[in-house]
Amino acid sequence: MTISTTTPGRAAVRPPQGWLRFAAPQQFYPLAGQLAPWFAALAALLAAAGLYIGFFVAPTDFQQGEVYRVIFIHVPAAWMSMFIYLIMAFWSAVGLVMNTRLSFIVSQALAPTGAMFCFVALWTGALWGKPTWGAYWVWDARLTSQLLLLFLYFGFIALTRAIEDPRRADRAGAVLALVGAVNVPIIYFSVQWWNTLHQGASVSIAKAPSMATIMLVGMLLMALAAWMYSIAVALWRVRALILERERHTEWVGAVLEAEAKAAGGVR
Amino acid sequence: MEWESWSAFWQMGGAAPYVWGSYGVTLVLVALELVLVLRRRKDTAARLLRWRRAVGKDVGGPQARMESIE
Repeated sequence: MTISTTTPGRAAVRPPQGWLRFAAPQQFYPLAGQLAPWFAALAALLAAAGLYIGFFVAPTDFQQGEVYRVIFIHVPAAWMSMFIYLIMAFWSAVGLVMNTRLSFIVSQALAPTGAMFCFVALWTGALWGKPTWGAYWVWDARLTSQLLLLFLYFGFIALTRAIEDPRRADRAGAVLALVGAVNVPIIYFSVQWWNTLHQGASVSIAKAPSMATIMLVGMLLMALAAWMYSIAVALWRVRALILERERHTEWVGAVLEAEAKAAGGVR
Repeated sequence: MEWESWSAFWQMGGAAPYVWGSYGVTLVLVALELVLVLRRRKDTAARLLRWRRAVGKDVGGPQARMESIE
């Protein structure tokens, strides 16, 4: 890896007040470090509750038998993979319009987690599909567009890492995130728009959920756990990215020295 | 309780490979991501500290020397 000097053209403007001051990487770095463990702890608690309900309280499905229990990770993972991409697109848009460095960093910190959930959704879907449909994979609209989402994640990660100048990498990634966001509603509505093998939405705003309440509770707990987990991991990843980006600054130097001292000293 | 015994639980009504294959892979990926993300920050911090000391960044070392490192 090579070091490319970022343009030092950061004008000394009046620092923003209130919550906006956390848009400065220097302010966000310690905040992220303080918040992340709490989100991780919440994720663990919610997942424990969700798994308990999913395995020990929710009854056997009268049609699908026990294999339906895969949905407690499949649906939350699929939701999360779509949400994360939309959040990436949102922060990319903010970054492009407002030219805030932290927005791009957040967007890039989310991508690996989104890709992970996307893969989990595909993997668990395949393992559920085999006993239920008789096939691990079919090229129906839902599955194909979800696979495309995985490639969009890979493309975003590869693109932002391949361009050496961080500012250009940020902008290129942001454009890809925005263009790719078109795919998310396609995934979501694919089961309505096309005649897919994949079943329709189990939960929707318009009508009552087509599943037993206790199953729904377990699934929603797991979805919340996925949210908390994603926030925690993204915050931790943001910290590494901030250090890397701001390595030329005085404050990173001070933070690194202080951390080294606290850890008993690297050398 | 939904299960007559622990072995019934692990057998998952014959769907064990699918159910545990799903949960197992998810667990491994989540654990792996947590380890990688925490290690990445530590490694970055350690690498940048070595780099800063090498180029004498803290004593106002010359910017030009930074390009020669790494």
